[in-house]
Amino acid sequence: MLTLQYIPFSEIEPLSSNRRIAKLLTGVKKNKIVLMQGRLKPEEEAALIQKTMEEVSKEFRGIELCTINQEKKNKDNFQQLKQLFTKWLVGDRDSLTIIGPANIVKEIKRNPDKIELLTHNIKKTTKRKRNGK
Amino acid sequence: MIKKLKKILSRVLPNLFKKKKHLKIGLYGPPNAGKTTLANKICKDWLGEEIEMGTASAIPHETREVQVQENINIKKKGKQLTFNLVDTPGIATKIDYEDFLKHKMNKKNARERAKEATKGVIDAIKWLDNMDCVVVVLDSTENPYSQVNITIIGNLAARDVPVLIAANKTDLKKSNIKKIESAFPQYPIVGISANKGKNIDELYEALFDLVH
Repeated sequence: MLTLQYIPFSEIEPLSSNRRIAKLLTGVKKNKIVLMQGRLKPEEEAALIQKTMEEVSKEFRGIELCTINQEKKNKDNFQQLKQLFTKWLVGDRDSLTIIGPANIVKEIKRNPDKIELLTHNIKKTTKRKRNGK
Repeated sequence: MIKKLKKILSRVLPNLFKKKKHLKIGLYGPPNAGKTTLANKICKDWLGEEIEMGTASAIPHETREVQVQENINIKKKGKQLTFNLVDTPGIATKIDYEDFLKHKMNKKNARERAKEATKGVIDAIKWLDNMDCVVVVLDSTENPYSQVNITIIGNLAARDVPVLIAANKTDLKKSNIKKIESAFPQYPIVGISANKGKNIDELYEALFDLVH
């Protein structure tokens, strides 16, 4: 069974970078696919990868990560400036970040117009767990 | 604080930075994109046939430690560039030791390699702060819209580090440079084959343009 955990921007916004990363990883390590409203800063994404690598073990093999940005292309300068100002004022709420455990999510394929989340064969994963492998 | 001061100085007095003699040029990218093959090609071109930075292999995460080759001096059309080349381990969000078993590795070695690979990724990210300029090496036969590519380039942009994208493996049939160009339109992109030595001169030209 797949479990999705949704984290609204309001829950993430007041947290420090370290706590944001910890919150995301806690969900993922419980084998949940986390959907977060908004996105991490580039430095936070890098720190998330670092933290993930520190925690890789026999049971936890890492994450699959994807950020979907709803920004429309071909905006004029005024619209771009308006968007930047809004982001600065209220944060980047238009994006969506998907993070899943690598033992469940095989791949998140992103092309400019579509996202595909491919999972491993769950029966196989469960069997592997039961056998303690 | 020092970083911020350096940034301000580099903006106010741009010539100060340009005259810096030993730039650190990093090779970044996902695993198996051809970073070490390119590093070896650069070393062979400018330091001699016998010099290699590391071993390139079809098995992912062959480079698990940051490698530095100092004092590479490139001379082209009267221009000269001296730099330290930094070859970094491939950045990944997951490392599964079972993937190495597919390459006929035994369990013990596969687990050891996975452990070293995780440390390599951490080190590669730490080194981002030390770079003056970065060549992001991407496998042009793969989909460029991966989060790892976006995270690497986003972090370099956030640090104001100049970026050049080397779309590698153009000698392969599946190579698609246009897809990389459409994914990262704001960056200079040079199609190369590090393995066959194809278009490397264009890469050096682009490097001059980026640094000078």
